[in-house]
Amino acid sequence: MKQLLIKPEKCIGCRTCELMCSFGHYNQFNPKMANVKVFEYEQAAVAIPVMCLQCEEPSCMKVCPVHAISRDASGAVTINYGKCIGCKMCLNACPLGNISYHPAAGRVFKCDFCGGEPKCARHCPTGAITFTDTDATDERRQAVGDRYRDLIGEEAAK
Amino acid sequence: MNNGYIGRILRINLKNGTIRKEPLNDANASQYVGARGLGTKYFCDECDPACDPLGPGNNLVIMTGPLTGTAAPSSGRYNAVAKSPLTGTIGAANSGGHFGPELKFAGYDGIIFEDISEKPVYLYINDDEVELRDASHLWGRDVFDTTEALYEECGSNFRVACISAAGENGVLFAGIMNDKHRAAGRGGMGAVMGSKKLKAIAVKGTGSVKVARPEAFFNEIVEARDSLRAHPVTGAGLSAYGTMILVNIVNGVGGLPVNNGSEGSLFPNADEISGETLTARHLIRNKGCFGCPIGCGRLTEIKAGAFKSKGEGPEYEAGWSFGADCGIDDLGAVCNANFLCNQYGIDPITMGATVACAMELYKIGAITEEDVGFPLHFGDAAAMVRATEMTCKGEGFGKIMGLGSYRMAEKYGHPELSMSVKKQEMPAYDGRAIQGIGLEYATSNRGGCHVRGYMISPEVLGIPQAMDPLTTENKPAMLKVFQDLTALCDASGICLFTTFGIGLKEIAGMYREAVGSDESDEEILLKGERIWNLEKRFNIAAGVEKDTLPPRLLRETLPSGPAKGRVNELYTMLAEYYAARGWTKDGIPTDNKLEELGIK
Repeated sequence: MKQLLIKPEKCIGCRTCELMCSFGHYNQFNPKMANVKVFEYEQAAVAIPVMCLQCEEPSCMKVCPVHAISRDASGAVTINYGKCIGCKMCLNACPLGNISYHPAAGRVFKCDFCGGEPKCARHCPTGAITFTDTDATDERRQAVGDRYRDLIGEEAAK
Repeated sequence: MNNGYIGRILRINLKNGTIRKEPLNDANASQYVGARGLGTKYFCDECDPACDPLGPGNNLVIMTGPLTGTAAPSSGRYNAVAKSPLTGTIGAANSGGHFGPELKFAGYDGIIFEDISEKPVYLYINDDEVELRDASHLWGRDVFDTTEALYEECGSNFRVACISAAGENGVLFAGIMNDKHRAAGRGGMGAVMGSKKLKAIAVKGTGSVKVARPEAFFNEIVEARDSLRAHPVTGAGLSAYGTMILVNIVNGVGGLPVNNGSEGSLFPNADEISGETLTARHLIRNKGCFGCPIGCGRLTEIKAGAFKSKGEGPEYEAGWSFGADCGIDDLGAVCNANFLCNQYGIDPITMGATVACAMELYKIGAITEEDVGFPLHFGDAAAMVRATEMTCKGEGFGKIMGLGSYRMAEKYGHPELSMSVKKQEMPAYDGRAIQGIGLEYATSNRGGCHVRGYMISPEVLGIPQAMDPLTTENKPAMLKVFQDLTALCDASGICLFTTFGIGLKEIAGMYREAVGSDESDEEILLKGERIWNLEKRFNIAAGVEKDTLPPRLLRETLPSGPAKGRVNELYTMLAEYYAARGWTKDGIPTDNKLEELGIK
């Protein structure tokens, strides 16, 4: 199983992810119709891309009155527009704000992993967004191990 | 519309306060592409070349291109076009960040500002809701402060382009600043904005940019983006070190002017002001403009000492102008001066070069401590920062420096010490060590400038093919192609820096699929040549002086380095250049040429 992993320290705030996302879904460039949004914090000097985290217990899925929301084979929680009645209860239920509505789209929308190959990750120029196996966090965990190595390893002892 | 353009522009008459939404002129868009090209076409059709740059007859045109706001690489650009108060030429300055795309998302390809407002105003754009609002409370405030105030007033999700008191007070090289740190920097577009009593534009939009052939367009942009990421300059060098990576490279060919060019162009302490040093000591993080895979922007901080400060940049040109050109190797001072330029919205190339010129005037005794208010020796970092601050704030001798180096040097009897062409300062490459860039300075349509035809690419970086910087052979023909391609690139709405990694094939490809054209690469490049000739025709009608270089570059040989003993051989290149352009031997576009290009 893969997941979208963000590394905020690599994000340069270019918003390519927003563009690729809206184009991938609607054939138009419009950050307001993207399932990902980059937040730029000027004083703190960081930019952070935020998108649906594909919860294990999705409130959107639970609250949907017509059972239009389900998990697909890629692991993404997706909306079946054949069933969706546009009531927007999912938008209200998501505690993380990761479901949106735009008049031009005329429907609610959320990250669907682009069917298994998320365009935000494919086109992120710096690797701030990657679509990787769920054990990818081992890389970060290893950084903790590396610190112990530096402290008590053979080379450090010399 | 589904062709890269929105299909609508705003026309604002500042005197009457009228706001009109009018359809984009499609025929002109097809001929002049957008941004720099289309903006210039609108301008030339509506304004008298003899107009006073700071008077009511000088329109200010803000224009995006068909690729602006798309996922084409580095597509955050817009152009500001007006007659330049610094040079008297056509002024066209472009900028990245996020402002240009937001204007398109709001539903406009561009804005034409006419005449002069009675009192300070700013333009508020929230999709279809467009208003001129009172800006009395913002007048006199700096760029950062004004931008913050407008975030507060309009909403933090607005994008703001504005000027500071420098633009209001007519500093002739004041630029327009957007997203706080990005600049339509050269030629005084901010002074034009100030003369109109237009403080700022705040814009927010929720609309889309659509292209003619989505699938084919997507393939083109993915190919272009992947090429940029794979290229050593755009995928590694600029990303890792910013444009300051050039300091050591250009110094390596002996082309980094020292002390206003009076001490040649080999700076012994270049590494102290290099991109490598900036990255090691002061970099907080990289920043990318809208849709940019290169990410050359730097967020930097000088953490301690006399020059403690924080901001974005510096770019290579500012690193040189406040550094080597003033004989200064203190990177803290260089950064500090650059941050001041951003805060007050002035062009750091002209600023640093004007301080360098003042230092030389001081050295020869043409100006004294009494004129300046303090000693102004080459190498004095604190004096350089102080001189910059005085110019930003319009204090004392800063008022004279605010006119640029040419008018300052002329006032003190030494115009030959201004390292400028058509009164705009040449940037950070010595035309004696790099012959082709000298020809570019002389022939650029906006005065001394490197980004109308960046000959450093072939002459120093070997892109797309290596040319010996010391020779003149084939430079005129190469420069013509570079100038035309640059005009096309600027007009399309993507950043010139992409052209390190992609060329005509990719730019024409993206343009074609965006607008839905079936023109050949050559036909599309011809649009660049058309833009160049339109600009030139305006300059001639405006009575701009002939193409030449400061006497220093033509007569004083370089004392050291790989180009020791050289001057710029402009006059062996100029005739060939005019011939390549199909102009008269005096550099005037012929009627035949203009007709061939369809310029009316």
